Amino acid sequence: MRGRRKLGRGVAVVGAGMSKFGMFRDKDSKYLFAEAFNEMLSTVDKGIDPKDIDALYLGNFTNDFFIHQGHWGPIISDLIGLTPKPATRTEGACAAGALAFREGVFAIASGFYDVVLVSGVEEMSKRNTEEVTQGLAMAASPYEVKAGFTFPGVFGAMATAYFAKYGANREHLMNVTIKSHNNARLNPKAQFNVSIRDIMNQRIERAKNRGEPVPAWRDEREFLRDSRANPVVAWPMHLYDCCPISDGASCVLLVAEEIAKDFTDNPLYVVGIGQGSGKGLHAKEDLTHFEATRYAAQEAYELSGLKPEDVQIAEVHDCFSIAEIIHLEDLGFFKPGEGYKAVEEGLTRLDGSKPINTSGGLKCKGHPVGATGTGQLVEIWKQLRGEAGERQVPIKDLRIGAAQSLGGTGGTCTLTILERR
Amino acid sequence: MEERPFNDISYERFLSEEKLMGSRCQKCGVFFVPPRVICIKCYGTEMEWVEMKGKGKLAAFTCIAIGPPLMIKEGYDRKHPYVSGVVELEEGVRVVARIEGVDGSKPETIKIGTPLQVEFLHRGEEKNLTTFLTFRPS
Repeated sequence: MRGRRKLGRGVAVVGAGMSKFGMFRDKDSKYLFAEAFNEMLSTVDKGIDPKDIDALYLGNFTNDFFIHQGHWGPIISDLIGLTPKPATRTEGACAAGALAFREGVFAIASGFYDVVLVSGVEEMSKRNTEEVTQGLAMAASPYEVKAGFTFPGVFGAMATAYFAKYGANREHLMNVTIKSHNNARLNPKAQFNVSIRDIMNQRIERAKNRGEPVPAWRDEREFLRDSRANPVVAWPMHLYDCCPISDGASCVLLVAEEIAKDFTDNPLYVVGIGQGSGKGLHAKEDLTHFEATRYAAQEAYELSGLKPEDVQIAEVHDCFSIAEIIHLEDLGFFKPGEGYKAVEEGLTRLDGSKPINTSGGLKCKGHPVGATGTGQLVEIWKQLRGEAGERQVPIKDLRIGAAQSLGGTGGTCTLTILERR
Repeated sequence: MEERPFNDISYERFLSEEKLMGSRCQKCGVFFVPPRVICIKCYGTEMEWVEMKGKGKLAAFTCIAIGPPLMIKEGYDRKHPYVSGVVELEEGVRVVARIEGVDGSKPETIKIGTPLQVEFLHRGEEKNLTTFLTFRPS
């Protein structure tokens, strides 16, 4: 690194919205985007004329492969009446939306634009699981694919390395799943807004009604240990360790700091942004960490002058349960090997000292890949402004929130830190 | 030793000849498997081929129940999971490979650190021949 990172001028978030995430037979990319866009408009306290938007950045990963149409920037620009303003699609696999955000920040910080819409959209559920698996594998390293690795497989292998190094086991992963579901239960936008206990009880009720043998689960752990309820996908990753296939869209409105108060008296400021890239599984120096996340975090902390302990809440990229634990360590929230203990002690729960994935995370909120990065920031926007409703964290003077994205098997990672002043 | 370009095509051809090859930087001596054409340590561009002994130990693994079409065609499924892993070679570098000779349906019997020996799994014929880098307990 030569010289300190800096932004040419300050950038603020003045609006944020998302569609419901889920599997929709009757909603396509454009419709989902419109849902997110309209909600974003409604969150700008003093209003915004869409014609004042200077440019659009759109994160999208799989539309080329899944719906055979890749040139999504102008399609979305036209959808929301922005043509002939520029539209740029960003590609960073599952971090595509986070890259759209970052490019939007740079575009304003450089002084070129004043008002930029950053966003993401993905439409995945109209393909079968095999096609989705193949499509996502486009973001893995070719060596991994040839060795038979799937996405859950890469994270499964990292989990075995983590278990062997730090003495964790599957029971610790279950803590992540149970917590995410408890949070998502309070998020109406989540694909699975039910707790594990709700799911258990529904299954028991259904078995009773049908006169089938009633499962004897006494608690969530017994449910998650039951291989019929929670089958192996890529050991030790089981069904409930994996994020679902999702459709969805999300939008965040960025403006130059000096005009932020024209849009709201309560803007959030972009104080830290970072991005890193990482090697394939075989070439990692350490199988239990993501070098790209560590680099992104270093960049974002340095820019903001903040330390990991200053971040009060965070959305992290829990595409698989083990990933959440590893990110907690890579972001410096907990020491290497301590992440799983922190989750076990409840520190990352909604009422813990460091609430993580209050939205339910990718696991439960859903993971329409291109929409995830800006979707995470919608949650941070709500929490920092005290608008998260039932799942509002009970932290006094909540000011600093962060979102971390991961693309591929750790190839592209980002960290964004927002501040309410 | 060999006049082949330092790339994935050569790496694959060596595999089909039952050789696990990497590239070594002639300037700083660091080596890479699969081969790299640029040394990412010293940016040297003079490489030479080196053959790995094919011995190592299991560094990480996963038992995959839901695999890609290629593996499903080979008969693997939820009841018959296959194993993919990361192998640390004696020479100090890691490779990703299929792991044979272990029971993917009993992951608790598979141990990190297990000594492994390379094996070359050939599939298809002639022009369509593909060789999969594989390891099994030695």
